Parts: sequence; structure tokens; C-alpha cells
Amino acid sequence: MQPAWSVIFFTVASGAGFGLVILTVFLGLFGGVHGLGTNGTAAAVIIGMVLAAAGLLASTLHLANPRNAWRAFFRFRTSWLSREAVFAVLFYPVSVLYLVGIVLSGDGAWFTWVGAIGIVVSLLAVATVFATGMIYASLRTIPQWNSALVPVNYLLLALASGALLLTAIVAMASDEIRAMALLSIVLLAIAGAAKATYYFWIGMPPSGPSIHTALALTRGQVRLLEAGQSHDTFLNREFSFQASAKLLVRLRLIVYATVFVIPFVLMAAALHAGHPMLAPSAALFMAVGLVVERWLFFAEARHTVNLFYGRQTC
Amino acid sequence: MKLGLVIDADNCVGCQACVVACKQWNTSGTLGPLTDHDPYGDEPSGVAFNRVRSYEVGVFPNSKTVNMPMSCMHCETAECVTVCPTGASYKRQEDGIVLVDQDKCMGCNLCAWACPYGARELDDVSGTMKKCTLCVDRIYDDALPEEERQPVCVLTCPSNARHFGDFDDPDSHVNRLVRERGGQQSLPELGYNPVNRYLPPRNKPHVGQERGTTPGGFADRLKGWLSRSVSR
Repeated sequence: MQPAWSVIFFTVASGAGFGLVILTVFLGLFGGVHGLGTNGTAAAVIIGMVLAAAGLLASTLHLANPRNAWRAFFRFRTSWLSREAVFAVLFYPVSVLYLVGIVLSGDGAWFTWVGAIGIVVSLLAVATVFATGMIYASLRTIPQWNSALVPVNYLLLALASGALLLTAIVAMASDEIRAMALLSIVLLAIAGAAKATYYFWIGMPPSGPSIHTALALTRGQVRLLEAGQSHDTFLNREFSFQASAKLLVRLRLIVYATVFVIPFVLMAAALHAGHPMLAPSAALFMAVGLVVERWLFFAEARHTVNLFYGRQTC
Repeated sequence: MKLGLVIDADNCVGCQACVVACKQWNTSGTLGPLTDHDPYGDEPSGVAFNRVRSYEVGVFPNSKTVNMPMSCMHCETAECVTVCPTGASYKRQEDGIVLVDQDKCMGCNLCAWACPYGARELDDVSGTMKKCTLCVDRIYDDALPEEERQPVCVLTCPSNARHFGDFDDPDSHVNRLVRERGGQQSLPELGYNPVNRYLPPRNKPHVGQERGTTPGGFADRLKGWLSRSVSR
């Protein structure tokens, strides 16, 4: 699949933004983020909302006809893209209500209804990220995406990047990053294990559709003689993207290093050596790494249209 | 009604006449125009509803060229309709034709991703998704003579490789062809249940093939050499 930069920026930015809000609000249910006061919590939620909004706005850039984007809310019953749009838009008024709630509560204990709204906010954020993953996972045409591992990866990476971002915000406000750094390390380890499982799974020999089932010719070897076109069409530009195997392996190593290993080491160092300012650099490494990870997610996906252009399996 | 096509992979000669006829009719049809880029230049490309690709099956000399015309299969489980967030893509109740409402489409490409056959192509000038309409603007047109109320690809095919009909009627022309010739679906394992069927090549050579003689063993060769020497 052709990697689309607007979609890559969208999923990375809004993933981190929603992850940040989920963790901030969720920890708010248990006495607040350690080291952040009411103002700091409000700032974290606002940063999360801005990141998510930036991502959502970027996602409209890949639309060929954005004038009709408002119609995307009307097929909630069947379309995951529609569900994502509805959840994302519902998220904002409830988050604003949450912000009003914690600011009105002041620095003492928050009102009880703020907790209830907090639960709704985190559920909507989780639902939005899950719906993003399901847009890809629901496509039977792309074996590399058609798996429960895809929404799991999207959710875990959103939580891990949100945790790093929250640790960075805490580091700016105070020195008490211990609790958040520990949480980040745990989430990074879980997300890393899930992503490694995904890479292992897509490396298994293909067992799905083949050129034989595509052409309904089950006997003999089949190869493309003539595509009937002298130049690339929309189908080739959208689906036939190919990167060299060497590049893909190198990029995977970069993903492992920048998304998981380096932030993990930086966080551990911040924890032990007591340098809270290592936390923002960890978040920065992960953000860059996640762009590569999303790019690979597209580059390694093989659509069944390629079977009709001579690919033997998908 | 369940309208669709039967394509005879044995008859298709890959002449691309249906591709041209489709483009000609549909560029001024319901979902037209079918935008072209650089049509007379070095890198022509553009929207098409119907494409014909050619394949070699088997290994020479026991090989055969098979041409595969592909347009929308008007699937019974049309995932392109399921994933559409705007409701622009829809499948008609009355005849099963899958269409795109050009006034509602936002050009997100998701339906093209969900289609395993590459039947949907984005027109980047109108910003909307375009696809085969099964010539919905011909098949119900009372102004046309009855025998011309068929998709234009079917009408134009010079080798009678394309057939149009109702798959809900067990005695229809298309259903009889599928029964007699063992019509197949493309990518049946994905579960989209495409309506269009492909008739596989018949399992016999069309042209008489020369059967070569295989060289025998040592004894045969000795015998041959002996008989040649003796007659001399």
C-alpha cells in the first residue's frame, strides 16, 4: 500500500494525544497524576486534545473531496471510519466538560461527577483509537492488516506514546517523575512485545489468496503477460507500492530502536540517575520512530489487487 | 433480480474492444466523466471501469494464454458499501447493482481498499470514487431497441465472451452457462460472493498440436542404426 503522509501524521499525533488524555484522566480517578496539580492536569488534557485535533484535521487532507467530509458521521452502523469520526467528535464536548469540572473543583478533592465524566472521556478516547485500528483490521483484502493484532498495536502504541508525553509534561512541572516513568517503562515493554508479535506474524508464509484463486485457474503456473495498460493507473499508484526487502529490514530495526529500546533506556536512566529532563527526549525519539512504524505499516501491506498484476501470493 | 456478467475466458481474445466501448459510453454516462491524464502523451493514464489483462497459464509448450476482463463483480457481500462512511456507496435492492452517489462521496479511498478486485478507481479531478454501473443507464432505457438494453461491453464483444443476465432466474442464459461450463468466482475464499462468473478454458486443445516423437533407449537406437545401415 502507498504510505499516505497525512494518515501517518494523523495516526501518530492523535494516537499520542488520545493516549495522553486516557492516562491523565484515568490516573485522575485515583487521586491525580503524581507530580501534577490541577493546572498541570488541565494542561496535559489540553495538549492531548490539541494533538488529537491536529491529527484529525490532517486526516482530512487525504480526502479527495473534503467538502463532503461532514457526511462521514452517518454510517455509524456499518463503517469503522464513520465510528471513528463519531467517537472523535463526541470526545471534545465531554473533555471540555471534564476540564471545567477539574478547574471548578480547584486544588482540593475533585467533585464526584468529574470522575464519572472522566470515565466517559477515557472510554471515548479508547473507542476512537480502537476504531482507527479496526478501519485497517476489517479489510479482508489486505492479509497483513486483517488481524486483531492491528487494533491492539494501535491502542498499546497510543498508550505508550501518551505515557511518555505525560512523563515529559510532569518533568517540566516538577521532579517527581518516578511513578510516570515506571508506568511508561511497563507500557513500552508491553507495546514492544505486541509489535514484535505482529512483525513475527506477518512474516509467516502467506496462506491466503493467490494468483490461482484470483483467476479461478487452479492448475498450472500462472504469470502476467500483459496488463493492458501502457502506464500506471490509480490501482498501481495506490496498491502496488514496493520497497526493497533490505530497506524494510533496516526500517524495522530503526522502529525497534527508536520506538522501544532508546525511550526505554532513557526512561530507566531518568529514573535511576534522577535526570527528569531525559523524559522529553524519550518522547521525541518515540514520536520520530512512530512515523517510521506507521510508514512500514503501509509499506509492508499487500493488497489482493496485486494478484491481478502478477503477484503470486499476498 | 441479481444482475451480473458471465465472462468466457475461453472465448476472450483480449482485443480490449470492451474496454474502449465501456470508456466511450460511460465517460458521458451516470458516473462520468472518466477523467484522463496525458491521453496522447508519453504517460497516459485515467479512470476505467473495465480492464482486460492477459496471463500465461502452464509452461511452454503446454501453455495457454488466458485473458481476464475485470469490472465490478456487484458482490452480494459488498464490503465497499459496508466500509463507506458517507453512504455514497450503495447496493440497489431491486437488481443488486453497486453504485456510488457522486454528490455524497468524499474521496477517502476506503472502498477501493476494501475491494479485492480493483474495481473502484478514484477520479482525482472530481475527487470522487468511480466504478462500473453495469450500464444502468442503458439496460432500463425504453428508448433503446430491446436487444440493445445490455451493458455496452457485452454488446461490443466480437467473440461472444461476455454475457449479461439475471442470476436469480435459474433458467436464465447466464445461469445455464454457469451450470454447463462450471462458472467460477474470483477470490471466493474472501467471502465477498461476487455475482460475476468466469467460465474456465475448456480442457482440450483448440488447434491440433503436433505430437513429437521421443527418443528411445539404447536398444531402439541400435535397431534404428542397423535398419538404416542394412537398407543402404
